[in-house]
Amino acid sequence: MARKFRKRPSGPTIPAPAKIPVSLTVNGAAREIVVAPWVTLLDALREHLGLTGTKKGCDHGQCGACTVLLDGRRINSCMTFAVMQDGAKVTTVEGLARDGTLHPVQQAFIDHDAFQCGACTSGQICSAIGLIAEGRAKTVEEIRELMSGNICRCGAYPNIVAAIRQAMERERS
Amino acid sequence: MIDFQYTRAADIADAVRQIAGDPAAKFIAGGTNLIDLMKENVERPSRLIDISRLPLREIEETPAGGLRIGALVPNSDLAHHPLVAERYPLLASAILAGASAQLRNMASTGGNLLQRTRCYYFYDTATPCNKRAPGSGCAARYGLNRMHAILGSSDACIATHPSDMCVALAALEAKVHVAGPGGERVIAFADFHRLPGDTPERDTNLRVDEIITAVELPARSFAAHYSYLKIRDRLSYAFALVAVAAALEFDRDAIKEVRLALGGVAHKPWRDVSVEAAMRGAPASRASFARAAEAMLRDARGFAHNAFKIELARRAIVRALTQAAAGTPQSQSVKKIR
Ligand SMILES: Cc1cc2nc3c(=O)[nH]c(=O)nc-3n(C[C@H](O)[C@H](O)[C@H](O)COP(=O)(O)OP(=O)(O)OC[C@H]3O[C@@H](n4cnc5c(N)ncnc54)[C@H](O)[C@@H]3O)c2cc1C
Ligand code: SF4
Ligand code: FES
Ligand code: FES
Repeated sequence: MARKFRKRPSGPTIPAPAKIPVSLTVNGAAREIVVAPWVTLLDALREHLGLTGTKKGCDHGQCGACTVLLDGRRINSCMTFAVMQDGAKVTTVEGLARDGTLHPVQQAFIDHDAFQCGACTSGQICSAIGLIAEGRAKTVEEIRELMSGNICRCGAYPNIVAAIRQAMERERS
Repeated sequence: MIDFQYTRAADIADAVRQIAGDPAAKFIAGGTNLIDLMKENVERPSRLIDISRLPLREIEETPAGGLRIGALVPNSDLAHHPLVAERYPLLASAILAGASAQLRNMASTGGNLLQRTRCYYFYDTATPCNKRAPGSGCAARYGLNRMHAILGSSDACIATHPSDMCVALAALEAKVHVAGPGGERVIAFADFHRLPGDTPERDTNLRVDEIITAVELPARSFAAHYSYLKIRDRLSYAFALVAVAAALEFDRDAIKEVRLALGGVAHKPWRDVSVEAAMRGAPASRASFARAAEAMLRDARGFAHNAFKIELARRAIVRALTQAAAGTPQSQSVKKIR
């Protein structure tokens, strides 16, 4: 019996998937990676570029934890493949602070204690920056609706909305 | 995930050539449905043909006074385009009732039409499902079927089409422009999606070697009297249990033209032109709306967990028509239903 298991598996060997070079500008820096086609942008950021600030909650577009800015627009990085984004500019939570000063939305989240466990926070912050750039939310109801793609299991919603309002007001003044 | 090849389409002809040469290949646009299904092993394409860089991102006015929307226009850009927001607010409203801001930024017009059902068993490869594995049976029929169809289902499949955008496109009588190896053709929206019948594995009448290039809206836009009312388990970021697209035009107090389409209740956006015909000339009263709702649902049939949808749909139809007639459409941010 033991000998049988030492035999090589029959049939042709299955070749590993061809990897594809991808160029991204991540948080202002040019980055080159070589990845299999099934690597999502989220996994590319976390596993290939070491940027673990972007979180994987559901991996199915259902929670918003993986939100990043792609060419300035907020998207779910778990729902796109890295190879599709060759040449794109990506901003993650690691790229928001300037010269040691937090981004106004980051500061507002701290000021309002807009988190508990923090698992959703980097996605919330990137989403809020996208929301403010879109400029369509004028009321609290509109902020709540347009932030509905970011689930907070800890239920920090009231403080998240307060933080976003503060950042919006600072932006305007 | 299974291994697959990744290629990019250089132009529309190249996209068609590539898909015609590999029946197991799939196009990918926004990726928000296909990648999800690939992670679940439900979709197992041999190759992804990336069409997201094709020049199909324009929204143009047509000589007929309508709009031509490129297949790659993201859902968010479509909803907020000034011509859509002003002239086709029913479409804008339906889009904004769906998914989330992030998903709408990626989801394409063409991909939205071809998104697949959210039936739990379709997603679960451990269970029988005629749509995923033809001939294996339908686990939903005697299983959990809260989200399933009340109209037009078959013994083979009781799934619903999950799109909100498509409900508005059905009401507006959009047309779908497609290109294939034999050239281009135009499909009326009512003929685009299918009822399940004996072949639930086919969601639409698009052929496997065809690409959607555009969606065309006719001039008639119902901007004054419309409402998109979506009822779901939570107020946002959830699929419809029942959705109603209602649009009216008046001649004095009488209904001159009406469109009524339902989402979340069938394998395709549900319209019934005989109900609309019967409403023409009637007053915009609660009684006419109730009659219309009754007629829309005359063949409705519930299963163990979704029979509540019949009454829900009846009330939602009356409410949406009332909102449309009054010129007070359902807001997609203030969720209170008035
Ligand atoms: C968590 C979540 C919640 C959601 N909630 C809602 C909701 O409430 N309402 C709603 O309506 N939708 C909702 N959606 C679905 C979303 O709208 C769809 O996933 C999206 O519209 C699909 O578009 P896409 O461009 O990403 O498609 P893809 O995933 O790229 O493609 C989908 C399918 O279409 C094919 N395809 C794409 N473009 C073309 C083309 N031009 N020609 C031929 N074939 C093409 C692909 O081959 C694939 O089979 C939700 C999605 C998620 C993940
Ligand atoms: S309802 Fe349709 S999609 Fe769902 S299990 Fe039955 S056959 Fe499959
Ligand atoms: S991890 Fe991407 S949406 Fe949840
Ligand atoms: S802070 Fe814990 S999930 Fe939002």
